[in-house]
Order: sequence, then structure tokens, then C-alpha cells
Amino acid sequence: MNAPDLASAGRRNFLRQSALASGGLVLGFYLNGTTQAVERLEKPAAGGAGFKPNAFIRIGHDGVVTLVSKQPEIGQGIKTSLPTVIAEELEVSWKDVRIVQGDLDPAYGRQSAGGSTSTPTNYEDFRRLGAAARLMLVEAAARSWKVPVGECFAGDSAVHHRPSKRRLGYGQLVDAAAALPVPDPKNVQVKDPKDFKLLGKRIGGVDNHQVVTGQPLFGIDTQLPGMLYAVYEKSPVFGGKVRSANLDAIKALPGVKDAFVIAGTDELRGLLPGVAIVAESTWAAWSARKQLQVDWDEGRFANQSWAGFVAEAQRLSGQAGGTVLRRDGDVGAALAGAAKTVEAAYSYPFISHASFEPQNCTAHYKDGVLELWAPTQNPAAGQELVTATLGIPKDKIVLHVTRSGGGFGRRLSADYIVEAAAIAQRVNAPVKLTWTREDDLRHDHFRPAGFHFLRGGVDAKGKLVAWHNHFVTFANPVTRDGKTSLVPGSGGSLSGDEFPGRWIDNCLLEQSAIECGVPMGPWRAPGSCVFAWVFHSFIDELAHAAGRDPLEFRLDILGDKAIVAGTGERGTPYDVSRMRQVLLHVAEKAGWGKKKFPKGQGQGIAFHFSHRGYIAQVAEVTVAKDGTLKVDRVVVATDIGAQIVNLSGAENQVEGSVVDGLGTLMFPELNIERGRIVQGNFNEYPLIRIADAPPKIEVHFVKTDYPVTGLGEPALPPLAPAVCNAIFAATGKRVRQFPLSRTDLRWG
Amino acid sequence: MSKYTLSINGRSRSVEAAPETPLLWVLRDSLSLLGTKFGCGIGQCGACTIHLNGVPTRACMTPVSTVGRKQVTTIEGLDPQGEHPLQRAWKELDVPQCGYCQAGQIMTAAVLLKENPRPSDEDIDGAMAGNLCRCGTYLRIRKGIHRAAELAAADKKLRK
Repeated sequence: MNAPDLASAGRRNFLRQSALASGGLVLGFYLNGTTQAVERLEKPAAGGAGFKPNAFIRIGHDGVVTLVSKQPEIGQGIKTSLPTVIAEELEVSWKDVRIVQGDLDPAYGRQSAGGSTSTPTNYEDFRRLGAAARLMLVEAAARSWKVPVGECFAGDSAVHHRPSKRRLGYGQLVDAAAALPVPDPKNVQVKDPKDFKLLGKRIGGVDNHQVVTGQPLFGIDTQLPGMLYAVYEKSPVFGGKVRSANLDAIKALPGVKDAFVIAGTDELRGLLPGVAIVAESTWAAWSARKQLQVDWDEGRFANQSWAGFVAEAQRLSGQAGGTVLRRDGDVGAALAGAAKTVEAAYSYPFISHASFEPQNCTAHYKDGVLELWAPTQNPAAGQELVTATLGIPKDKIVLHVTRSGGGFGRRLSADYIVEAAAIAQRVNAPVKLTWTREDDLRHDHFRPAGFHFLRGGVDAKGKLVAWHNHFVTFANPVTRDGKTSLVPGSGGSLSGDEFPGRWIDNCLLEQSAIECGVPMGPWRAPGSCVFAWVFHSFIDELAHAAGRDPLEFRLDILGDKAIVAGTGERGTPYDVSRMRQVLLHVAEKAGWGKKKFPKGQGQGIAFHFSHRGYIAQVAEVTVAKDGTLKVDRVVVATDIGAQIVNLSGAENQVEGSVVDGLGTLMFPELNIERGRIVQGNFNEYPLIRIADAPPKIEVHFVKTDYPVTGLGEPALPPLAPAVCNAIFAATGKRVRQFPLSRTDLRWG
Repeated sequence: MSKYTLSINGRSRSVEAAPETPLLWVLRDSLSLLGTKFGCGIGQCGACTIHLNGVPTRACMTPVSTVGRKQVTTIEGLDPQGEHPLQRAWKELDVPQCGYCQAGQIMTAAVLLKENPRPSDEDIDGAMAGNLCRCGTYLRIRKGIHRAAELAAADKKLRK
């Protein structure tokens, strides 16, 4: 929330500002009636129109260039990087740029920050938007000088006339440029990348100063005049409903304004039934909650448990899979004829996203209009869920996108938004709903757990000839148009094309699903975040069984085809040459096979293609005799196309992905008993701390001629297998379960 | 509800709150000092780190009734211009990702640097063990503390 920019944008029907004595500038926006209430750049700002060639750029008479960040900022750096793309083509000095976070608005197109898509889906368009504006400014200057356009060029927030060395700043050209027709961005010429001044450089996050000085930025920092505070208690058993609650007793508690039941819906990822408590402060609401007694109808999932799921997975593994995802050749015959076979079971638990800012949302329902302030990755999903659940028309919902304290996929869901909206409908004031950490860990849309029952075989020459995986996953009941079906969680479905499918002559991939009440959702690099670990660990097992070097074994599997086409519904063409290149690059940088490690130390290698990115990693580890793991060094080779947008941001994403990948391997797991998540806070659900972060993470970007792609996710999946393969090299112990604490790594 | 007069960032502030209210929520809800963050409520994550008489303290575990006349420093008051060496270093090295934990990281690191102007990696890991970063910016936090130590040393030299 960039307060001065929003304030100067003006032209709202009602705009109230109150600078509190404490120094925090608090803005409240009140909307009159309906319509396109969200402020946009096309609308004239107070004090003159300025130059607004499109929804994302505004240049004022003072020469200040305001750019809209259409995508939600969740820590991936998009609020800095995408506007840089416009600034580059606009030939504006970065110091002249101000960035405002775009609220939900159809003028901006798709605004979902998920799937590492923000960069690939906007990069070329944003270049053209900036270039079109630049052409208009150059044209305006040429006309005012009455010289040919060809004698003029743009640079440093100004247009220059080469022969006469005259110069006109962008602020001076605003009115003349605004009078020109906007060229079709499709037809404008973008810059030659060799002339880039901003792209590829290290540019610090645009909110860094506010972050390090504690200025309000995040959803949880939203404050509005007269605002109340809410908590929302949901059934500890998924799918449970409220029978009754001691509402009268709660309402009598200090500071409590109201308490009421929300019936909710049956959708596990929708508006869950619960009890809302609204109070004068967060603490009053949370304190009152300690006295809350709810009689729950726990529903049909009350007997589910992790132990039960494990037993059910074991049972399912003994029979044919529910679905065959891929069948190439004859895996049974190939295994029977193999020189060596390996059989192994891999598993990983449900985990939470644990985004650091807990879920929260501020809502104000007044005169039929709902105004929302939400830390969200996907504001349109919030609007849609509110409309579908509460019947508030889309055009009566205004959604302000705040900075998010972490996303990791959690904030693609909109459950907390619809909860705040449902509470606000009952409260005659703005209300902020804040989840406790326990709410957040226990009422996540969890990363699906999974079990993989694998068999593989190599022939006498050590070539991989057979691969069989029976994947046991989890599915939620989902009702659409009155029909209920079982749908695996996001990231809980295996594609028949997932490596090494497509590469092996005899390959059988099967999938079975266990019905569960545990709601599931996308967790950073869905599917990939666990599949890469399972498959590259098992490939490592097979390489060792074949007595071959793990790198050479992998190169042999990849083969020498340039591109392997996709086959299934989700099949993506896989560019083998790009993967080979990063694999060889990382091996060279890490000194693969060149070092002699003593017992207890070793190197591991893995690669993975996801989110359009080709990534290979080598980890070096030390395992002490008492089993303590220390990751000493991680080397990463990354091919995400022709251009790194922001070098600092890109390296930060890779470093963070490595640390996140390691933390997720080492620590978190959720147990389920009597239908409930057992762990509630960071004392029971540890996250990685600074001492466990690798001291050295070396990031190499391999530049190719391919389109520019995203980096929020693809560097995470290869980390866990690289580390586990290094652990095997160091100790001879194979890690087949997440988290690491389930495996005894003591040796010697 | 009771009335408390607190000394926060060098100013005297009066608030009304129930005695057991954590200082965190007094800062955030009553005083609109929003830089101190809620992370866990049980002293496990460090997002709410403030200084009480110069000692790094978890505001989520500090009942307002226990603060008394102790000097409270929050991220907003760490440096009047927001140019503490750690804040400068954080910007120079582009440490934050989501940024939610960083106020707490900086408040903890500020006490470390005061007590140990040239910390080693091990010193840093020890002092920062109570501050979680979900985005995994730990390498840059380490570098940022080393860089802040350099900046602080240069400042000191300049003042001499």
C-alpha cells in the first residue's frame, strides 16, 4: 500500500485519510454505490491528467513515472521485477519510478501469482507497453522541435535530439504525448537486449525501505477508522458443523461486540462452518475464544488418522492401481529379465504452507458493497468465492491487494477472504479477521501426502530398462452441479509424462486415491516438490545397483533426443538438450566426481523440469557419526530462458528455494488423529532455522535463446533429492521418508 | 481494563488494556505501531522482537502489565531516519523476500551488533537462532549482519 500514491490518485467518491498520532498513515476508502470502484490509472488524477498510454503507466508533469504492479507481491519480487520491464523499454531512470500495487481490476488482465507464470505471461506484453509509450514521447518531442523522429531518441527519462543536443524531460512532454494516438503495442519495436540498462541488473525490492523500517504494508497491517477485530473458530475435524455454542456467555465477555454462528457450506475449501467472535481488539477476540465452547457435529471424517492412511496405502499397494497413467512395453517381463532389480517405498506427509503472515482479511460491508483488503495471490478467486457463497454480485465487491507475508500457494485459496466477508455482513463496521498460528497450521489447504511403491530394473550393461510406480495419493470429495466426485489434491496427481515416463521402454505408472477430509491445495511447485525427490532418489538407487556413476546414469536415461514430445493431457514437451546442458553445467561447477570425500561426506545430484524451467543441482553434505546432517554447499544451474529480469531477485528466489527445499525435507510433518491435525504451532511443527541453512549456495544462470520464464518454484524440487543422494554417498543410508527425522543416519 | 503509561521509542504513550494483553497487541491495535509482527504467539518465531531496556524481547509473550517504566524500542524507533547500519545493509544487499520477519530479524541483530561489533558466522547463527524466516533469506541475513558491522565501523571512524 503506497499511501501517497493512492492518496494523490484521488477521484474516489469518498476518501478518508487519518494520519494517526503514532505516525502510521491509515487510509480508508469508502465507495459510493457500485461500479468500477477501484482506482485505475486511466482515470485523471487530481491536478491534471498526465500521460496515461495504458492501464499500467502514468507520467505526471513533475516527471514522476507511476507504474502499476498488476501481480500480487508475495515475496517473489514481482512488484519490483515486472515494472522494471516497462521502465526498461520506456527509457526511464529507475529513480523517477514509483510503483503502486494494482487492486483487483479487469483492466489489468489476469492477476494471479501462481505457477511461476507472472513473468512468462507478462514479459513480452510489458516490453511492448513500455515501448509504445516511449514511441509516443519521442514523437511528441520531435513534433515540438519540428524535427524528424529519426533524429530523436529516448534515454534517462527524457527525449534527446541528437544533432542539436536538445533535451525535453518526460514531464515536459506529458500533454503533447497524451494528445497522440496510442500505437498498437503489437506493432512496436522493442529494444535489443544488448542495450538493456535495467534488466539483468541487481535492483533492490521497491518496498525494502518500508520493510526494514516497519511501515504498514501487509494485509495484517490494515487499519480502518472504527474497525473491529474478529476470530473464527472452525471444527477441528474437517467437515464438522456447529450444533450449538455458548454464544451468550461469549457476548458478555469484556470487549466482545458480537458472537455468532456461520452455517457455511459443505465444500472443504469453501466457507467452513464456524463461530465468529467480534471484539474491540485482536486480544479481546482471542481471549474470548478461550471461553468458547462449541458442540460440533464432527461428520464422517472423525475417524480418519495418519496411521489409518498408512495402513490403507499399504493395502492398496498390494493390488492394481485405480488408474493407469502410462503403460509402455511390458514392465513385468522387463523386471523378470533384468540383471538387477530394486524395490522401494517412498512416502511424505501432509504439510502446511506456514506462510509467515497468518491468513487474515479486512472487510467492510456497507450499503450492499463489500470492500476487502486481502493478502492474496489470487484476488479474483476471492471475489468469485464470495459471489458464489454469499451472493454478493461481483461488481459490488472491491478487493484491495496488499503485500503478502509469504504465499507458497496458500493464498491462491480464498477461504479466509470469504470468512471475513461473511463476518462483515453481520457487523456494522469494518472488521479484520486474523487467524492464530494454530488456525493457520491446522486449517490449511495442505500439501497432499503420498506413497510411491516403486520397482525398477537395469540390464546387464547397467541400462535402466523397467520402471513401475504405484502412486497412492489422496482425494477430496468435491461437489459440482449437485454431483460429488473424488478429486486428488492439487499436486496430488501424477502425470503419465512425469520423468522418467516417456524415457523408458517398459514403464507402468498407476495411481490410487484414498478419500480424505483433509483439504488440499497447491504447495510451492505442486507435485514437483515431492515427485522430484521420489524419482531422483529412486533413480539414484538404480544407478548404484547398476554400479554406475549417478550423473552418467542420468545422462544415459535422458539420451540424445533434442525434444521429447508430451503425450498425455498435461504433457509438456521436454527439451532434453536444455536439461543436459544444465546438468553438465552444474556437474562442472560442482566438480562432480573430481573430489574424494571421506566417509560421512558426499555429493548428490538431481535435476527437474517444472514451471518451464530446467534446473540441476549438486549438494555436498556432511553427516556426523551421530547422524546430524550439515549441508555444506549447494550448486544450482538454471535455464529459465534468454533473460534474467532482476539478478538480485532471481538469486534470492533460488537461494530461498534451496533453503525451503531443505527445510521441508528436514522438519515438518502433520499427524492426524481422530480427524484432526495434531500439530498446532512452531514448537510442534519446526521450520528450518539459520544454522541449518547451507553456508554456500552457488547460483548459475545458463542463458539460452528461449522465452523468459519464472523462478518462484522450479529451483525447489531438485534440492531434496540432491541432498538425499549426497547423504547416501556419505553414509550408505537411503532416505525414503519425509521428514528426515524418520531415518536413522547414524554411522560408524 | 487498566491504564498504562509506557515509554515507547522515547515517547510517553498512554493506553488502556487488560493487564494480560501482550505488548504486541498493544503496539499494533492500540498504538498503530504495525512494524512489530505477529507470527506464532508463543515466542517461537521472533517476528515480534522488540527491545526492552535494550534486551531483545518477544512482545507476544510480554504482558503489558509487566512493562512498567522499561524503555520499549520497536522497529519504528530503531533509528530516527530508518538508517541504522542494519537497515542500510538490508537494502544494499536486498535481503527481504516477503519481508514479514525482517523487522524481528533486524531487532535481534541490532542487539547482537551492540554486544559483538564483529560477529562470526557462528556468533550470528547463535544469536539469530530464535528468528524464523519462512522465505529462507538466511544467507542474506548473515551477509547483511556482516555488512552492517562494516558500515557501523565506518560510521564510528567517521565520527572520530
